[in-house]
Amino acid sequence: MESKRLASPYLVWMAIFTVVPLGIVVWYAFTDSTGAFTLGNISRMGTYWPIFLKSIWLAILSSFICLLIGYPVAYTIAGASPKGQRLLYMLVMLPMCMSFLLRTLAWVALLDDTGIINNLIRSLGLKPLPLIRNDAAVVLGMVYNYLPYMIMPLYTVLLKIDRRLTEAAEDLGCRPGEVFTRVTLPLSVPGIISGFTMVFVPAVSTFYISQKMGSSGTTLIGDVIESQFKAAYNPNLGAALSLALMVLVLACVAIMNRFSDGEEVATI
Amino acid sequence: MSKELIRLVDCTMAFDGETVLNSINLTINNKEFLTLLGPSGCGKTTTLRIIGGFLKPTSGDVLFDGARINDLPPYKRQVNTVFQKYALFPHLDVYENIAFGLRLQKLPEQEIDERVTEMLEVVSLKGFEDRKVTALSGGQQQRVAIARALVNRPKVLLLDEPLGALDLRLRKDMQQELKRIQQQMGITFIYVTHDQEEALAMSDTVVVMNEGLIQQIGTPEDIYNEPVNAFVADFIGESNILDGIMREDFVVETFGRRFQCLDKGFQKDEPVDVVVRPEDIDIVPVKDGMLTGTVTSITFKGMQYDVIVDFKGFKWLIQTTDSPKVGERIGIKIDPDGFQIMHKSKYSGLYGDYSSFSEEYEELSDAEYDPENGEEGETREASDGE
Repeated sequence: MESKRLASPYLVWMAIFTVVPLGIVVWYAFTDSTGAFTLGNISRMGTYWPIFLKSIWLAILSSFICLLIGYPVAYTIAGASPKGQRLLYMLVMLPMCMSFLLRTLAWVALLDDTGIINNLIRSLGLKPLPLIRNDAAVVLGMVYNYLPYMIMPLYTVLLKIDRRLTEAAEDLGCRPGEVFTRVTLPLSVPGIISGFTMVFVPAVSTFYISQKMGSSGTTLIGDVIESQFKAAYNPNLGAALSLALMVLVLACVAIMNRFSDGEEVATI
Repeated sequence: MSKELIRLVDCTMAFDGETVLNSINLTINNKEFLTLLGPSGCGKTTTLRIIGGFLKPTSGDVLFDGARINDLPPYKRQVNTVFQKYALFPHLDVYENIAFGLRLQKLPEQEIDERVTEMLEVVSLKGFEDRKVTALSGGQQQRVAIARALVNRPKVLLLDEPLGALDLRLRKDMQQELKRIQQQMGITFIYVTHDQEEALAMSDTVVVMNEGLIQQIGTPEDIYNEPVNAFVADFIGESNILDGIMREDFVVETFGRRFQCLDKGFQKDEPVDVVVRPEDIDIVPVKDGMLTGTVTSITFKGMQYDVIVDFKGFKWLIQTTDSPKVGERIGIKIDPDGFQIMHKSKYSGLYGDYSSFSEEYEELSDAEYDPENGEEGETREASDGE
């Protein structure tokens, strides 16, 4: 009873800042500009399917690359001495102290056709490279910005794995590599899933990275939603798209949680 | 039975310059149940981890069947370990936990199945194949850990305080069970514990350790009846340890009186430590007593009373089925075989006086604490000291 009462401020917070806005989004999604009920917003969404798919594809790709880069990093940090762990962990977190916008703009300055890298290449007498305004640049931006979200949960899970379990595996005949595949990796699955989710969710809904680093062909669903609210001034369609995106994200998260076999997973 | 299997030669282990093991020499025979016994920090777990291959001794050699195995990694050793708190794999069920080692050997599925089933029977866990290990009780997890180690048919099973997390009743059952399994499988068990009762009940050989040194190696009877120094006498069971002088063979003088004993081979008038076990003392009327003292406290322990008796300021523990009254003058009688005479060691004078009964004694026996008696003993001790 006592603990329930202590949680009540949080419930109020949830009601005001989560449930009510969600209700407003739903209400907008099913009304037109006059406020009358309509399914028109939903039916018009069909034209945005390719953009939805592209957003999901790029988000999955970046999450996967984050996993490939983040796992060895997290593994190294978790295996370091306590002092080394603090230092390495701080280095991973340090870029996050800077503004997200600034970090993305810094990449633009690096990769632009007249940016630092291409100027260097030109000064060597070579042809400049098309480093920006393509899908790869958008994925790069996503990976760079969201990598810490992958490393954090992986590091936490790897750190929690009981040293005795890896010793027991060795004792029972595992070579060093087999200890990893048979014990460490399976036990870190919850961390992989939380990391994947934590990268996928912001990546699928981003708009700034694709605007700055992508081309007109890499318009993502986040860009469309943003433009509906700001440029096109059609908040009803924007709300409908947001709603659809939310359903898609929840579906993806649910599918990913399936893999964890009901084990504890930190969702978003 | 007595073929040598493992030998530690001058094994020293130091962590950051701190010596944890100091030149240990130990021979372990095939099919033996050997226990490393000692208080925490004595080096027993370090010794076990050296045999298991998780630690390399700073200096010295580890021999297995005559071959040096210092640098052999754990997965190549014919040794398996039952870890403290079991270390079962939480992502695998009971069956797969036990099959873990066999799968690594890439044995055919049918053989794996046969051997796992056989092990489940040995540890009485038939029908638990598909359970999650996290859903098992402590005792059941313990059995899975033993089965998981034994299914690989190791030559040696190492057990690191395997019963520490179980309650008293279960611990007693598992002691019997472990002894049975060891005899059934016919392999060597090296068992680490700080529980002296456990060590005495199960072992063929007990190795008593303290401060990185082996204090004594012997059968449980030897260790209990013939402790070599005050540390062993105090750590194994309860002991009254008195200052004495060996006047001649078979005669020891303590408390200003000469007693008959069965020990010989000491120098004439050599100062010695005299051990008298609490159960070897008979309470008799004052006029028949070899010594007389005053009862200061009595604790009922079920099977017997623990009586603390003050003899000229030195408090003895006597275990008896009689129940004298607090404050009563009593006499005591000790038979010659009730004395164990030990050379003086660096542990002399540290143990064996029950004046500090309330702290030391209660800590050792896990028994219910009677604050009234305890406090009384303590205040008296304080006033005695001043």
